[in-house]
Amino acid sequence: MKEQLNSILEDAKKQLESAQTQSETDEIRVRFLGKKGRLTEILRGMGKLSPEERKATGQMANSVRDEIETMLAERFEAVKAAAKEAQFRKERIDVTEPGKVEELGVAHPLTITMEEISRVFRNMGYSIVEGPEVETVFNNFDALNAGPDHPARDMTDTFYITEDVLLRTQTSPVQVRTLLKEKPPIKVISPGRVFRCDTPDATHSPMFHQVEGLLVDEGVTMADLKGTLDSFAKQLFGTSTKTKFRPHHFPFTEPSAEMDVSCFKCGGKGCRVCKGSGWIEILGCGMVHPSVLKVGGLDTEKYTGFAFGLGVERVAMLKYGVDDIRLFYENDMRFIEQFK
Amino acid sequence: MLVPIEWLNDYIDTGVGLEEFCDRMIMSGSNLETCQVFGEGIDKVVVGRIEKIEPHPDADKLVICRMDVGQDDLLQIVTGAPNVFEGALVPVALHKSHIPGPLHGQPKQEGGVKITKGKLRGVESYGMLCSCGELGFEDKVVPVAHRDGIWILEGDYVPGTEFTEALGLKQAVVDFEITPNRPDCLAMVGMAREASATFGRPFTKPDIDIQQENGTGSASDHVAVEINNPESCKRYVARVVTDIKVEQSPWWLQKRLMYAGMRPINNIVDITNFVMLEYGQPIHAFDIRQVKGGKIIVENAKSGEVFTTLDETERTLGGDMLMIKDAERPIAVAGVMGGLNSEIEADTQTIIVESANFAAGSVRRTAKALGLRTEASSRFEKGIDPNLCADAADRVCRLIELVGGGKVCPGRVDVYPSPEKAKTMDVRVDRINAVLGIDLSREEMVSMLEGLEIQVAGEGNIMTVTPPTVRQDLLIEEDYVEEIARMYGYDRLPVTMPRSNSEVKTTREWELRDLTRQTLCALGLNEIQTYSFVSPSSVDQVNIAEDSWERAFVRIINPLGEENSVMRTILTPNMLETLGRNYARNIDKVKAFEIGNTFMASDLNADHLPDEEYSLCIGMYGKGEDFFTLKGVVVEMLKILGIREPIFTAEQEYGPYHPGRCARISVPASAEMKAAGVETEELGIMGEIHPDVAERYGMEGLRVYCCEIMFGAILRKADTEVVYRPLPKYPSTTRDIALQVDEDLEVGKIEKVIRDHGGDILEDVRLFDVYRGKQVGEGRKSVAFSLVYRDRDKTLTDEEVTAVHTDVLKALEDNLNAVLREM
Repeated sequence: MKEQLNSILEDAKKQLESAQTQSETDEIRVRFLGKKGRLTEILRGMGKLSPEERKATGQMANSVRDEIETMLAERFEAVKAAAKEAQFRKERIDVTEPGKVEELGVAHPLTITMEEISRVFRNMGYSIVEGPEVETVFNNFDALNAGPDHPARDMTDTFYITEDVLLRTQTSPVQVRTLLKEKPPIKVISPGRVFRCDTPDATHSPMFHQVEGLLVDEGVTMADLKGTLDSFAKQLFGTSTKTKFRPHHFPFTEPSAEMDVSCFKCGGKGCRVCKGSGWIEILGCGMVHPSVLKVGGLDTEKYTGFAFGLGVERVAMLKYGVDDIRLFYENDMRFIEQFK
Repeated sequence: MLVPIEWLNDYIDTGVGLEEFCDRMIMSGSNLETCQVFGEGIDKVVVGRIEKIEPHPDADKLVICRMDVGQDDLLQIVTGAPNVFEGALVPVALHKSHIPGPLHGQPKQEGGVKITKGKLRGVESYGMLCSCGELGFEDKVVPVAHRDGIWILEGDYVPGTEFTEALGLKQAVVDFEITPNRPDCLAMVGMAREASATFGRPFTKPDIDIQQENGTGSASDHVAVEINNPESCKRYVARVVTDIKVEQSPWWLQKRLMYAGMRPINNIVDITNFVMLEYGQPIHAFDIRQVKGGKIIVENAKSGEVFTTLDETERTLGGDMLMIKDAERPIAVAGVMGGLNSEIEADTQTIIVESANFAAGSVRRTAKALGLRTEASSRFEKGIDPNLCADAADRVCRLIELVGGGKVCPGRVDVYPSPEKAKTMDVRVDRINAVLGIDLSREEMVSMLEGLEIQVAGEGNIMTVTPPTVRQDLLIEEDYVEEIARMYGYDRLPVTMPRSNSEVKTTREWELRDLTRQTLCALGLNEIQTYSFVSPSSVDQVNIAEDSWERAFVRIINPLGEENSVMRTILTPNMLETLGRNYARNIDKVKAFEIGNTFMASDLNADHLPDEEYSLCIGMYGKGEDFFTLKGVVVEMLKILGIREPIFTAEQEYGPYHPGRCARISVPASAEMKAAGVETEELGIMGEIHPDVAERYGMEGLRVYCCEIMFGAILRKADTEVVYRPLPKYPSTTRDIALQVDEDLEVGKIEKVIRDHGGDILEDVRLFDVYRGKQVGEGRKSVAFSLVYRDRDKTLTDEEVTAVHTDVLKALEDNLNAVLREM
């Protein structure tokens, strides 16, 4: 009996050593421990033994069974791991092959720039208002304090539809529409297309985009104008941006100013972008002229305000280093896709 | 406005260097265009005297000059210039010298030109004789005398002297940008006044002190002036100078003009130009021989009268044009240009100096009507102070005296019907402080204003201010706010944030355009932007029928050209142009969209403005794209906008599209419209572009897909509110069916029949196969659908599903003549 048990153990050990798959291991389990397995048969034959022998053999058989079970489990784990490893080896891919994607499209660079500008002002509490591209001469000029002899009214500068209707030369007429409709506090920006009689070349386009802003309330000061636009410049061009306000002239503001920002290419040291000056002119602004406020029927003693306007193409050209304005309207996909 | 610093120094010593001068002038309101230092880039150029000229042995057009350049030996230089002569003093660029250039007849070179010795047709030349242009002067300022050759110096110079030093060439010229509100700054005196206020230094006015009024007779003996249109001529001052000698101006005078951008001509013309630049007051000089009857009459022209101006052009006059006439005829267009009939000539002996003030509007209209813009007219158009006339006339006389150009007659003829007075007004210290957000004292403000020659009276909060009459821009309190701000310095104003708060709003249209743009980008389309104006022929290009609404153009009166002369009514032509351009550049696949305004002529609008409506255009071509990829984009985009039931109806008549591959896109009409008998509301159109149209845009044989949707319709129909529906609790049952139908039967119709008969439990219908081939026969097709049944409140039994499904199948057989196939 004892010898038989020992040989069973030896056989099991031997067979397991050569088992390569999970199913082979399973077969071995059945062969030795199954209902008709060799060890089971031994145990079945124990009835013929004396109680003492039965006890000793039983103990031995149990320990052989335990040993086989342990070996089985170990072998099982080993072949399982080997199988997985083989599978992984087989399924290995070349991770440097290109990805598969339905490519995203991209918004036009002028849209991107306009939205960036608009977002900064929306975050500062400005609402977006829009107006028509075809405007009245009144809204575009008269109401904005540009007198009947103002040179911008010339047919050489402005496109006309009739004597009283034109293609707006600025988005400021939207300010007029807003002043006529709303009461202070007024805090709006008006993005949109504008038109001027310029033959297209690298730096001119008969159509371009502007974002103009207007704030009217009690006690608005020129210091507030500086604070607002300085904050805008820092948000759009980076926190280290410096601003410089220079006196200028616009019919619809008094005092008027132009704002320069420190060159974001060279940081103010002087380079090609800023033509060596360290500064780049970026927008026009000023305190709203009383005759414009009067168009909205406002008491100019009580209310003051400021207005500003900037060219979207100019900002986009500076930000992205685009050297020809016509590229924006050619819509070459190789150009547009660079702005992803 | 070109300001030569040397000239400015005649009136003011700012006490600062060039860089600080520019910086502080900018901050006080005179913005800088450029600052150029002349004479830089001239090295080893000396004064030389031509001692001897010999012919060149091998070239007719060249001569050999032996030059005294202050060295022991004469220097041999070969030149081709026609104007050289023995004894002439000229600039000589020596061996290894440097000049700004460009060389005669050559383009401008960055960084100038190096001159070295060399051989010209076999003869050694040890340098070069220079023209004005070669020494850096622009053609338009080169004096008439040496325009076509070497610069011949007048006066006495020692050969060998450094040329730039001998002529005082080295100096800075600052070009200031003068804003339209400050015409007073288009004058050296005006800039000196600004500099004086900026640097707190006094300035000296020009010398108008005529030493000897020794001309023959007094001014009034020679000329009488009559103004018949005082509206257009506020003042007319005439002075008379006799014994005129017309000759070249002295170098200091020529130089000032050249640096200020004007060409020296002769002493009389140069002085009138000099005074115009100095005071901003245009001056005209008449030869008294041509002023018939010694009379100057200022009045309007006779309509239709013909007059020849100085530029030898015949011009037909209008009845509203102001003229200067003598006793018999017109002799000048007032404030615009003199007449050929009264021009100064070489033998002119006596001149009338005109220093007059013509109204801005009158000069502008005349100059515009004649198409004649001159330095004088553009200055009058901006507005000039009439109080300048007398000083400017005196200054002309003083300078003629100074250069020995003539003898000044005593007295002025001065007709000045209503003298211009300064506008005195009250401005408030506290208001100025409040607008600027600062706290200056009255004393500080007064001192700033007085620096600008503004007189201040009154006391306390009120400053009663009187500006000099040249400052025609100071009209309201805000104008003084700006004067204080710029004198205080914009950079010194505090930086604060406004306290104002208001609700941030955007329009729904803005939001929906944004959402549409984001969706289309996510679907792989690139955004484009094209001009709002197009060619009227663009609609012909895309086969739009005559009398269609797309031809109701808003027209521009003064377009840049025919191709930009009308406002677009649709976006498709611009899209096709863009696609065509990309195709021509070998870009093999394009998916693009534009969201932009379209314009329709209309009189209904209160402002008489056209109707403007946004439109959306999609365009694509390239491998893998077809009608259905475009349709997929459209459907997905509409879904995001909450338009879930778009209806696609075949359209065969619309010009731009392939008649068999075009669909109108619509949605079920609102309940109100349905009540009025309207079933659907149109959104737009899509399809494959007609091959003829594609060919016109350079895309012959290419399949191009486009879609144009009216954004107004989207705005009305979009529903971006989301309401949650509970997830289904009970299982669904799917039944697949296959039908053989006629080729022409649209699957949309089949689907509609299925939906109409599927009752409440039909949850979804999906087309999953369309088969054409031998098995189904010619003119037939087989279509396969999955029908999904579900009851939201219970599990459906097989019998319940079968009952409904049988209905559906029967309806298909009865209504559509469909033959069921085994699945």
